[in-house]
Amino acid sequence: MGARCRADARCVYALGTGVNDSAIQTTYREALRSALREAMRADPRVFLMGEDVGRYGGSYAVSLGLLEEFGPERIRDTPLSESAFTGAGIGAALGGMRPIVEIMTVNFSLLALDQILNNAATIRHMSGGQFSVPLVIRMATGAGRQLAAQHSHSLENWYAHIPGLRVVAPATLADARGMLPTALACPDPVVMFEHATLYNLEGALPADSGAVDIERAAIRRSGKDVTLVTYGGSLPKTLAAADALAADGIDCEVIDLRSLRPIDDATIIASVARTRRIVVVDEGWRSGSLAGEIVTRVVEQAFYDLDAAPARVCSEEVPIPYAKHLEEAALPQPAKIVAAVHAVMNRG
Amino acid sequence: MDEATLVEWRVKPGDRVERGDIVAAIETSKGVIDIESFDSGIVDALLIEPGVKIPVGTALARIRSDAPGTPAHSTPPAAPAPAPPAPATPPSPAGAAGREGRVRASPAARRHAAELGVDLARLHGTGPHGVITIEDVARAAPPARSTAPPPDMRATIAAAMTRAKREIPHYYLATGVDLHKATLWLAEYNRERPVTGRVLMGLLFVRAVAKALTGFADFNGFYKDGAFVPGPGIHVGVAVALRGGGLVAPALHDADGNTLDAQRPAFQDLVTRARSGHLRASEMADATITVTSLGERGVDTVFPVIHPPQVAIVGFGRVAQKPVVTADGGIAAHPVVQVSLAADHRVSDGHRGGLFLAAIERWLQTPEQL
Repeated sequence: MGARCRADARCVYALGTGVNDSAIQTTYREALRSALREAMRADPRVFLMGEDVGRYGGSYAVSLGLLEEFGPERIRDTPLSESAFTGAGIGAALGGMRPIVEIMTVNFSLLALDQILNNAATIRHMSGGQFSVPLVIRMATGAGRQLAAQHSHSLENWYAHIPGLRVVAPATLADARGMLPTALACPDPVVMFEHATLYNLEGALPADSGAVDIERAAIRRSGKDVTLVTYGGSLPKTLAAADALAADGIDCEVIDLRSLRPIDDATIIASVARTRRIVVVDEGWRSGSLAGEIVTRVVEQAFYDLDAAPARVCSEEVPIPYAKHLEEAALPQPAKIVAAVHAVMNRG
Repeated sequence: MDEATLVEWRVKPGDRVERGDIVAAIETSKGVIDIESFDSGIVDALLIEPGVKIPVGTALARIRSDAPGTPAHSTPPAAPAPAPPAPATPPSPAGAAGREGRVRASPAARRHAAELGVDLARLHGTGPHGVITIEDVARAAPPARSTAPPPDMRATIAAAMTRAKREIPHYYLATGVDLHKATLWLAEYNRERPVTGRVLMGLLFVRAVAKALTGFADFNGFYKDGAFVPGPGIHVGVAVALRGGGLVAPALHDADGNTLDAQRPAFQDLVTRARSGHLRASEMADATITVTSLGERGVDTVFPVIHPPQVAIVGFGRVAQKPVVTADGGIAAHPVVQVSLAADHRVSDGHRGGLFLAAIERWLQTPEQL
């Protein structure tokens, strides 16, 4: 299955390069929307469903305008029952459709966890390979918008724990634009995490940018002194910290995981073999976190390359607070990342 | 510099040393320099015989710290490292020894030590909590066998100057500075002082450059890895020609601080020790800019070459009587010096350089503030 996801992506990618060099100014939200629009136009089996995705345009306005273009058959507002509409999406996928299910936030996705874990992730295994579930589930995740403890958590690791799923976290415009077509082409159920602070991210995107792979991590900044591994909404903070550290003469390499399941060990291990130091930045809570998983893999596979104990910058172990200053204090921030790197480098 | 030869010990086992005491002399490609102890305590053992060539970072001796409860295998003085500053957080007092005397070393350091046959117990850790890092091991590794002769001072100068002319886009500016006021003020200053207490014009030059640099940080520092790094302080390298040929430019630390009175002995001491071959390691590595004076050789203007990775050098020609148009429109014979600047065009432009020279001139016109 993995080979197929990779090959499809490569195909589209190859077509998309060198044709048009012009760049368009866009946002993360618009990049997601144009990916949705293009997928709907390209394949009549693709449809979107979820709470408020139609008339309201999506709780984060990603699907704004799509109801008018594609009609209520393909942009479907659902009742407030995550379990019901996620289960309907699984059924539609089994029936030959290519559904995209939007769940408002990862907090609410727990109501659909039974469907996702016990059905979507297991059916191929339990049917002896007779059935696959080519379903894409999009959901917002993370804090930083003062939406309090029932809308702000980062539970990516819950899903990255589950065999049978693919979990991705687009953190750039190109990934917001290019991960959806690859996820739709993939026969596995794919859970796509969109960090709530990224929707307004602005930038330039090549006009012809297309599908990207959903298996490999990307080095967003090359450096020789320390490897910073992160994903999703923590990527901009980590890059900001790397800029600040560069002013201190510390040259950071920043890796964006992109795929949280599977995790691209090879990119991480190769980087740590060069830098000999690693700091993982993860908005999840520290205990049982993805950061813990990354560190364990590094210790298992690159122990004798390490020149300092690995370090983690995670969220404080509290429900994410509503008050702005407390929310900021609870989350990874550039200053905390800088301090962690200084400790690993024995500087500052 | 990456290796040096131990010339002599100035201490023996059982001697008590204080931090900063001279414990040994080593010969580098730049000449003989003195090694200071980093710690206080009793000399436990001398680990290297005189005459042996050793890489930078090698432990030379073991000092038993006299702090209560500290184990014997404490920090050894090492041969001087070239440019990088010491880590900001000092290692734990117990050095690299941790729980139950077990050596604390990173996994990478352990593997590298095993490959090179380096004894970790003899090393001083510079990592977090005093842990031995792979760089600590690399510094202590026995040098690779080399058949090439050791570079002498000529070769060192050749390498530095070739690099300067190959890599640094120099630009040159010069201006004449009337030293009438400075000469009169200096004569007055020196009148009541004994010969040994007198200040030379050369120190005024160094002070004027250092004071001017406080407003021109872009001439004080280093160009490294494609970017300018400001110096950690104003440490003016004073070019001193050696009688046996060659030259050194040891740093006068914090040349902008203190008072002229207080700095005079340090300046004289520096020049004397440069000529007698007793410079300290920090003085050889720390200069953030260089001042050179060829005045006594009788040239009007110096066109100096920057000492990499520094980004500027200021030259002073001979002080000579020249006709000067005075404030009242007359012409008078005044002592005048040509002050020249060679600076790195990657870091600064001629306009800034001109302002910097003008600032040096202003300081020389107000010698009482130096």
